[in-house]
Amino acid sequence: MTTIKDLANKGNLFTQGHRACAGCGGTVILRLLMAAAGKDTVVVGATGCMEVVSTIYPYTAWNVPFLHNAFENSAATASGVESAYRALLKRKKTDKKINFIAFGGDGGTYDIGIQSLSGAMERGHNLLYVCYDNGAYMNTGIQRSSATPMGSSTTTSPAGSVVKGKMQNRKDLTEIMVAHNLKYAAQASLSNWSDFVSKVEKALAVDGPTFINVLSPCPLGWGYDTSLSIELSRLAVETHFWPVYEYEDGKYKINIKPKQVKPLEDFLFKQARFKHLKNEPELVEEIKKSVEEKWNCLLQKESSCK
Amino acid sequence: MSNIVAKTGNEAMAEAMRQINPDVVAAYPITPATEIVQIFSTFVNDGKVDTIFVPTESEHSAISACIGAAAGGARVMTSTSSQGLALMHEILYITAGLRLPMVICEVNRALSAPINIHCDHSDTMGSRDAGWIQIFSEDSQEAYDQTILAMKISEELFFPVMVTTDGFIISHAMSRLEVFDDKEVQSYVGEHKTPYNVLDIDNPITVGSLVLQDYYMEIKTQQAHEMMKAKEKIKELYADFNKKMKRNYSIIEEYFMEDAEFAIVALGSTAGTARYLCEKLREKGEKVGVVKPRIFRPFFAPEMVAILENVKGIAVLDRSDMMSSTGGHLFNELKSSFYRNSKQPAMKDYIYGLGGRDITVGDIENVLKDIKDFSNSKETTPDVKYITVRE
Repeated sequence: MTTIKDLANKGNLFTQGHRACAGCGGTVILRLLMAAAGKDTVVVGATGCMEVVSTIYPYTAWNVPFLHNAFENSAATASGVESAYRALLKRKKTDKKINFIAFGGDGGTYDIGIQSLSGAMERGHNLLYVCYDNGAYMNTGIQRSSATPMGSSTTTSPAGSVVKGKMQNRKDLTEIMVAHNLKYAAQASLSNWSDFVSKVEKALAVDGPTFINVLSPCPLGWGYDTSLSIELSRLAVETHFWPVYEYEDGKYKINIKPKQVKPLEDFLFKQARFKHLKNEPELVEEIKKSVEEKWNCLLQKESSCK
Repeated sequence: MSNIVAKTGNEAMAEAMRQINPDVVAAYPITPATEIVQIFSTFVNDGKVDTIFVPTESEHSAISACIGAAAGGARVMTSTSSQGLALMHEILYITAGLRLPMVICEVNRALSAPINIHCDHSDTMGSRDAGWIQIFSEDSQEAYDQTILAMKISEELFFPVMVTTDGFIISHAMSRLEVFDDKEVQSYVGEHKTPYNVLDIDNPITVGSLVLQDYYMEIKTQQAHEMMKAKEKIKELYADFNKKMKRNYSIIEEYFMEDAEFAIVALGSTAGTARYLCEKLREKGEKVGVVKPRIFRPFFAPEMVAILENVKGIAVLDRSDMMSSTGGHLFNELKSSFYRNSKQPAMKDYIYGLGGRDITVGDIENVLKDIKDFSNSKETTPDVKYITVRE
């Protein structure tokens, strides 16, 4: 098993000096991702917080080849780089093994980039797509996305006197990826870093497209103290809000099953985006119901695939 | 085996692509360009090329994948038309801004609405400011030759290039084509080399940085200056192509312009119709000529003025409109090219052929009559006329 020491010794492929906010979950995801992937990796990033904070010209936080094209096309772009690599292999101009990773936030993945992602996955390119899901368009100032959880207050779904935040459930992107017949798809949380690292290693070992969705706490967008990012990641898992699971060769496995499930309120009410729900018990019940339904559905999938 | 064959514009472009044998082709079907990638995919699946073919789910993803491949140092081509080019629009700027070589075989077709599948130049003209070199072809032969030449121009100058034909008129019309041997094409295009690429994992680079107020202006100014410098290099590369491949292309084709009193300026297939008319009128002693710019971007303004400044009247044929009340794209370029020139021939724009409306020899003859009247009058407006329109 990989230890923190092993990871630290791999060197900084995603380095300090980037402009991310204190407590940013996204940069922790990238650092772990790169430590797991290693130096022989090409990264393609979608427009968004992580691209903006890491590549302000003439600086870069990337010690691996990094390519940014636009917002909605990191998967298609990565499929092109991977195709160029296959062309080199075919012409016997290289024999190196190279990993290809594309990433995007939930806006660039669930919403505007889903077509590009779906196409790249269906075509079977040998690449890993990582979504850092912070549940809204944080880069443009916290607008709702299709990953925004129900009840969340964002700048385009504000908690108003009539409408209490976002009224729709979030899209289940990981299951949409499973429906692409991927050999490997997973959800991970920063609270379980070693689980995330081993998922990256597993995904990169697969010959074909793979997908990992990582919950990415955002102090600014979620409204909490910057010291609580990992704590909130943990609470998201312990309340069943963000199940940590994987789909591998047609089988589901829930990697983290909290022994004692915590009340969803423990997760919700540490964040300003949900604080208006304290006066909306019916809405909280609805959210809880939906979270539990998802969890039970996953349990069923896990047992039926055994 | 004879090197003379009969091919449509699409077949000719697909054949050029086969002979170039690019590393990556990412494409999406669209009428009337579909055949190009359709034919090319049979080359791929029959093992006639080494290309990795990426059949994407949209034109947006096609050009996005092309950017990825080009950034990886690959020789890259694609093909599209109309709405497809419009869907690529965002990424066209990025291709040029990143200075990535790439060739699009673009088949000119009208843009919606109303939806229409036939030829006009709205699609290509809609992307004229994206930083691409734009080349027009009159027939299959030019489409074939200029596709091969475009690969060279693109890779030498680090500008993406679109080579266009006219939808259906050229893309689907069979004509005589003189082809090169595969080896000739391979030796002409040579090996593609890039100074940097993202597949060089031992020398990591960042491509597509966020560039703010402190550097953006310099980078865009460099790009603009390089496009200015590209004009001389394009001329050299046309001359080099003529020499190596035994062709005779100029960047601007002149026909009977030595002593012409009236000139027709047209892009693409219509130039052929105008030339036919010109021959007939010359037999009657009329001093008319035709000017066909092969390249629209960069625009060869002083060269166009030098060819045209001595005529009495210039009839510009525009197969696209800018909806600005000031006429079409070619007219606006040419008119501004004449600014502060000592000689100022009369100039009028004739917008024709939108959505594939046919243009006949008779229509162009009427245009010539009209430009003669216009240049003999003292009028300066209206200088835009929509022709072959039902009353």
